[in-house]
Amino acid sequence: MSRGIARGLSIAVIVVALIAVPFVITETYYVNIASQILLYAIFALGLNVLVGYAGLVSLGHAGLFGVAAYVTAYLVAGGFGHGVAIIAALVAAMAATAVFAALALRVTGVSFIMITLALGEIIWGVAYRWISLTNGDNGISVPGRPKPFGISLSSATNFYDASLIVFLLAVAALAIFVRSPFGAALCGTRDQPRRMNALGYHVWMIRFGAFMFSGLLTAVSGILFVYYNEFISPQALALTASAEGLLMVISGGAATLLGPVIGAALVVIVKNVVSAYVTRWNFMLGAIFVAIVVFMPEGLVPGAVRLARSAWRAGSRKKTTAPAAEAGR
Amino acid sequence: MTFWLLLTVNSVTFGGLLFLLSAGFSLIFGLMRIPNLTHGSMFMLGAYLGTTFLSGALGFTLNFWLAAVLGALEVAILGALMERLLLRRLAGQQLAQVLVTLGVSFMVADLCLMGWGGDPISVATPPGLAGFLRTAGAVFPLYRLAVIGIAVVFAIALWLMLERTRLGAMIRAGVDDPQMARVVGIRVSQLFTIVFALGAGLAGFAGMIGGPILSVYPGLDQDMLPLALVVVILGGTGSLLGSFVGSIIVGFIYNFGQALLPELAYFVLFLPMVLVLLLRPQGLFGTQVL
Amino acid sequence: MSRKLMSGKAESHKASAHRLSRRALLAGTAAGAAAALTHFPAPAIAQAAPFKLGLLTVKTGPLAQGGIQMEQGVLTYLKENNYMLGGRKVDFVSADTGGNPAGTKTKAQELIERDKVDVILGPLAAFELLAINDYIKEQKMPIMSLAAADNLTQRTPNPYLIRASACSSQAMHPMGHYAATELKLKRIVTVSEDFAFGYEQMGGFQATFQAAGGCVTAKLWPPLVTPDYTPYVAQIADCDGVCQGFAGSNPLRFMKAYASAGLKYPVVTGETGGDDALLKSFGEEAIGLISCCPYTIDLENASNQRFVDQIMKNYDVIPGFYAAGLYVNCMVVDAGLKAIGGDASDKEKFTAALRAVTLADTPRGPIKFDHLGNVVGNFYVRRIQTEGAKYGLKLWNKTIKTYENVSQFWTWPEQEFLAHPVYSRDYPALTKC
Repeated sequence: MSRGIARGLSIAVIVVALIAVPFVITETYYVNIASQILLYAIFALGLNVLVGYAGLVSLGHAGLFGVAAYVTAYLVAGGFGHGVAIIAALVAAMAATAVFAALALRVTGVSFIMITLALGEIIWGVAYRWISLTNGDNGISVPGRPKPFGISLSSATNFYDASLIVFLLAVAALAIFVRSPFGAALCGTRDQPRRMNALGYHVWMIRFGAFMFSGLLTAVSGILFVYYNEFISPQALALTASAEGLLMVISGGAATLLGPVIGAALVVIVKNVVSAYVTRWNFMLGAIFVAIVVFMPEGLVPGAVRLARSAWRAGSRKKTTAPAAEAGR
Repeated sequence: MTFWLLLTVNSVTFGGLLFLLSAGFSLIFGLMRIPNLTHGSMFMLGAYLGTTFLSGALGFTLNFWLAAVLGALEVAILGALMERLLLRRLAGQQLAQVLVTLGVSFMVADLCLMGWGGDPISVATPPGLAGFLRTAGAVFPLYRLAVIGIAVVFAIALWLMLERTRLGAMIRAGVDDPQMARVVGIRVSQLFTIVFALGAGLAGFAGMIGGPILSVYPGLDQDMLPLALVVVILGGTGSLLGSFVGSIIVGFIYNFGQALLPELAYFVLFLPMVLVLLLRPQGLFGTQVL
Repeated sequence: MSRKLMSGKAESHKASAHRLSRRALLAGTAAGAAAALTHFPAPAIAQAAPFKLGLLTVKTGPLAQGGIQMEQGVLTYLKENNYMLGGRKVDFVSADTGGNPAGTKTKAQELIERDKVDVILGPLAAFELLAINDYIKEQKMPIMSLAAADNLTQRTPNPYLIRASACSSQAMHPMGHYAATELKLKRIVTVSEDFAFGYEQMGGFQATFQAAGGCVTAKLWPPLVTPDYTPYVAQIADCDGVCQGFAGSNPLRFMKAYASAGLKYPVVTGETGGDDALLKSFGEEAIGLISCCPYTIDLENASNQRFVDQIMKNYDVIPGFYAAGLYVNCMVVDAGLKAIGGDASDKEKFTAALRAVTLADTPRGPIKFDHLGNVVGNFYVRRIQTEGAKYGLKLWNKTIKTYENVSQFWTWPEQEFLAHPVYSRDYPALTKC
């Protein structure tokens, strides 16, 4: 009971803190960084549905991200309205996700990594080489951000607020998903696929559903990305982008709600803020990643919780053992 | 006519280079069950180290082949260290191992940029192989023909090693059934280190051999890794014959795809990988399903 | 769409307070503009705060070679001048875009919104510039670009852009002319990277080459990342010359693959394909390569001598087009800032002052700007040879002809030139010949 209140309270505090970001950080630059963190957090949360909850590691999600981003950019640049572009982007990305899922879910483990990687590279290859369609390396510029309900998103603060709304919706959807019987079944397919099958669950269908949900979140982040940058080019779809997404999930903590968000913040900050001070930021990113995988394999968030717990335990043990020691003397 | 001939020869050359790169990749993949995502970095590092021995920056200048071998040895040592210090700690955790190799590849790329700068380094063709062979109305650069020869020699040597030596027998046993290999007393952990070093060294050697064709530049790692992945998935992990045939196939797809279907060049390159994973997950010549 | 946006902006400028300087600029007399500007009494107040100079460059990843040289060019100029530009102390901020468009956007935001720079130098690649172009216009930030996208000083001009290096096609116009008239080549195959910089270079070449009686027989477009160029080299046939437009490390690999295929046709190229910075990496296969470049290391004038000496002393590198381009950019900022008494707070006025700069002695020779902010300057046709090599190099770019005062419109009248579409993959089209 008190735990529930504490949880509710902490969620409220976090939400209020997130809303307050543009008021506290008045510099546009940092508000923009915060927007980037949010949009990559949605990407990482989407990837986490597969990596964390389904135990299927994808190295092709940047491809899905790219489908949504390119369709949005293509249609908006072609004169269509934002609403049409966004809906079409979601539909196209979901169709691509369905193809990905149909192909990749025939296998698991390392094969799954390899097949998603190949599919992601195919989409990248099309964006990169099918010049007449995608404009190749020159990319596609998007003329302006949308104005939902008459509010222009061209200012950094407004864009942040819009991203925040989308982000909170994504987190809420994910929280519901994880707690639902479907989420529980998904974790079951990760840990005991055979038993789940024996229990009458349709493992393939469950995984397919998870893949689609993951693709939806990825598509949403792709659309935010293209509106944030007002530009898309093949580099956003490259293997490195998929790898970075994986880095966010793993470093923050797979199969947790908060982990991918922290991971996204870490990667975005190292890439954009730390890189202004540290020339060798690529090295640093790699080293952080290796260190986390080796020393804190569960990721930063669960790792920190573990450390805090053991510190707390050690502290309370000291308290309880101290009088005993005294008595012993 | 010249066009087809030139592209055909080049496909085989490129395939030979890919074989040197991917043979080790395939053995590591087959034995340790992980795609080593640093393999492209090893290729690049071998080339960079080799060019350093060639350049005289260290106060002495070696000949091309010696530089290639020394570069490869250094990369092999690095590979062994990486296996001992990092991958060993994560034994049995496939995913964590893949991720570590990914992290290390970020680090190596940036280290190379730090050590050798961003300038592309061109590698002189070894003396004696700089000429051309003129036949059938076309000219073929000797070096590119030599690369085919080197690949064939290495293929035979590796085959003999696998088939005729104790080490080879142990590797084959490990690829076929790691549990069984352990039961019959093979020190699998030591074997892992040896194979990892061997694979890394081969990649480093390939980097230097590729130098006169590709030159060395930042980003070379990312250009080569996906090709090695396609080769190994196509041919089958842990299979030497598979890597050889896979390399030649990818050499052809790469060359003819770029020339004839430029817009879909990557589509035709990666599609076979998807198809093999779906329809014949053990690869064309492999025995193990990933 | 963006065109409409542009004309709207141009009008609001006209209506602004800087009518005098604006009109003078439109008249096309840069010197007159400078005179007009000096009529305003320069603010005599001491500029207490340092002048903030921002650089967008690439220090990591595949494009790092040119990017690192860009920074070295800037630092060499700053060091030489005690970190003073236009009489003000300089605060220099360098940002690494990583060579990708999204990174460029973030770094541009960092420079403009966080560091509040007064001018941006860079970026390097056209796709980086295209990714931030709208944002730069929105922010009214003077930017001295090295990236060469033609239209940003042509059909859809960015009013805040100043380009002291060259637009993509600018060096290729004289190259095409030279190839047809002096090399007497008749049939050429072009091969260049499959993006805007490549299209615009090859388009420029084709336009002047064909105008002078030559003929382009085929165009090949390998992607930016091509480990082995042989599949493309194999398609070169039925010609008497080749025009390549590669950048970064690609010229090296192209020339190697070209020689490996046994091809002997003469090769011509632009500023990036025969860059002086590549001389130390090229092998024998590059001997005879003819390039046209807005900068040449063998230019004998005082400021080039100083530049080459200084940068070699500071960094022990052979400078090329990237380093020289940024060094010249700094000279322009220096002169422009001086002309308005060091006060860069009014960005329109500052941009106008930068565009009004005329310099007689820079490492690339005399320069001035046209009313769209693009440079009018000398272009040097050079041949790679072993004779005369200096600085421990084995190869040398020897200037064989200088085209003076080349504008981005070549010899065509501006109106006529701009009436054509921008050079692209299919324009000018291949004609039967």
